[in-house]
Amino acid sequence: MNKKLIDLQHITKSFDGQMILDDLNLYIRENEFLTLLGPSGCGKTTTLRILGGFETPDQGHVIFDDQDITKLPPNKRQLNTVFQKYALFTHMTIAENIAFGLKIKNKSKSYINDKIAYALKLVNLEGYGSRMPDSLSGGQQQRIAIARAIVNEPKVLLLDEPLGALDLKLRQDMQYELIRLKNELGITFIYVTHDQEEALTMSDTIVVMNQGYIQQIGSPEKIYNEPENAFVADFIGDSNIIGGTMIEDKLVEILSARFPCVDTGFGTNRPVDVVIRPEDVILSSPANGRLTGTVTHLIFKGVHYEMEVTTPDGYEWLVHSTGMYPVGTQVGIDVDPFNIQIMHKPASEDEEAVKIDE
Amino acid sequence: MNNFRKKLPGTPYFFWSVLFIIIPLCMVFYYGLTDKSGAFTLENIIAIATREHSKALWLSLLLSLIATVICLLLSYPLAMILCSRKGGQHSVIVFIFILPMWMNFLLRTLAWQTLLEKTGVINSILSFLHLPALNIINTPQAIVLGMVYNFLPFMVLPIYNALAKIDENVINAARDLGANPAQVFFKVTLPLTVPGIISGITMVFIPALTTFVISNLLGGSKVLLIGNVVEQEFTQASNWHLGSGLSIVLMLFILLNMIVSAIFDKDGEGSVL
Ligand SMILES: Nc1ncnc2c1ncn2[C@@H]1O[C@H](COP(=O)(O)OP(=O)(O)OP(=O)(O)O)[C@@H](O)[C@H]1O
Ligand SMILES: [Mg+2]
Repeated sequence: MNKKLIDLQHITKSFDGQMILDDLNLYIRENEFLTLLGPSGCGKTTTLRILGGFETPDQGHVIFDDQDITKLPPNKRQLNTVFQKYALFTHMTIAENIAFGLKIKNKSKSYINDKIAYALKLVNLEGYGSRMPDSLSGGQQQRIAIARAIVNEPKVLLLDEPLGALDLKLRQDMQYELIRLKNELGITFIYVTHDQEEALTMSDTIVVMNQGYIQQIGSPEKIYNEPENAFVADFIGDSNIIGGTMIEDKLVEILSARFPCVDTGFGTNRPVDVVIRPEDVILSSPANGRLTGTVTHLIFKGVHYEMEVTTPDGYEWLVHSTGMYPVGTQVGIDVDPFNIQIMHKPASEDEEAVKIDE
Repeated sequence: MNNFRKKLPGTPYFFWSVLFIIIPLCMVFYYGLTDKSGAFTLENIIAIATREHSKALWLSLLLSLIATVICLLLSYPLAMILCSRKGGQHSVIVFIFILPMWMNFLLRTLAWQTLLEKTGVINSILSFLHLPALNIINTPQAIVLGMVYNFLPFMVLPIYNALAKIDENVINAARDLGANPAQVFFKVTLPLTVPGIISGITMVFIPALTTFVISNLLGGSKVLLIGNVVEQEFTQASNWHLGSGLSIVLMLFILLNMIVSAIFDKDGEGSVL
């Protein structure tokens, strides 16, 4: 494991009396690709701005390389930011944009020229040096913004939804390009997005946030397969989230049918939330299922069929399957034990954001 | 028919510009380039070279230049303060700032005359405090003061607009890349507001160059600007030919100013052309 590079300790921030970040604790290891993921307004940009030095937390400390940098101005921090809307200097050429940070640091002319050439090559925009930012497409401007940041050889690159404004194809290309850059340069990436697919594709670690609280921290696989609460399960991918009862270790009752599972330690006869991914629902003939239901919707999605199966109690199961069952068919429903994910119920039903104790 | 419909909305403006801009301009050129008998002559233009006229022109250029520079130096910090304030505070400052603009131009200038007079308000206060009197009425200084006071808003507004248009994150990006506050200002903020500065300079320099009211009221008859000379040719000497000829010379300077600003302001953002 690499050493901790950044440590956010008990960060609290409010604007106009409204709490935006509440006792946020998070560390980032060297060379990690860490993604802050969450719905709009959950405080991702605010967290990034605190890291960059554009905002001071009301309480708490930002530790960088074992030093407290909470009050250090942005120009003295060893990290660089790629802003959501590029923020290029429109009065300078592309080359001058890239050279900005190096000129401030009084690097030699030949060093700067080498760096410009290197950076333009890295982002596949060789020959664009003398153009003005306005004459470039959105994707090209974004790549220049990245080039402008990395020539300074920061220890950490902060990226705030850098691909948000791009179309799907370009976004995917850029995702690969960023991963390549990260591997090539060996710098730590802190990435902000509200696109869960992007987060799953690119990250080593995902931090799921909601309303200023961290909901879960983990690898993409862990976040997807073992969401810790209903919010994470719902936010990451499609899922069936059903209220159930933990009868005993390794046995859960959902919609009055009992399913064997692998989770233990929830106690006996405790109310829980059960997450079952749509691709993990096994459809068969009614006689073979633990539950029976009727197919009420059917959509062909290319790789698989998406079906909605309604059980007699009215719950609508979302099912992804390569097998097709026409609307109106009676089917049996089963789930393999290891595909059943049990979660604690949140303290209060209507409170979506639950504080997770680590 | 169709074509006519398309042009219809522009028609009133067309007549307006013919009536109040094109025709007067033609008349100025006609009078300026003819003598009393109606024959073509360059005499009225060349008349600028006479001692009296060229002195007035140079003084005008000098005073409007000084006024423009002072306006610029005062306006930039003011515009920055206006931009940095948020919410309620902001609108109060703007309100205080534009309050005098609701008063008539002549009234404002007359007020300064009253304030600056030898036995005026300012000197009464100064003598009450046993301080030396301020004797600037009827001097070039008083004219510059009047110019700055009257034209300051025309400098502040375009600069304010240019500043307000700068994305906060562009400034943040510069800081992020290691620039200290001074470097941020000189490498990013200032260059990005050049269009606003240029249009501010134009909007202060041209009216200052052509004014005759300010120099009449605050300069007495002692300080003669080119605007006063032209005015006197029309109103007192009734020599429309000479007045027009000198106006044409003045127009050349205005045109020059506009060309320079058009060159600097490539994007046409704050352009007056
Ligand atoms: N300078 C500010 N003044 C007042 N409120 C602010 C300020 N900056 C952010 N906020 C508020 O803080 C909350 C979180 O904002 P933030 O920008 O961190 O969200 P985000 O997670 O980045 O959202 P998005 O995905 O939409 O970018 C929002 O409710 C926002 O209105
Ligand atoms: Mg944001």
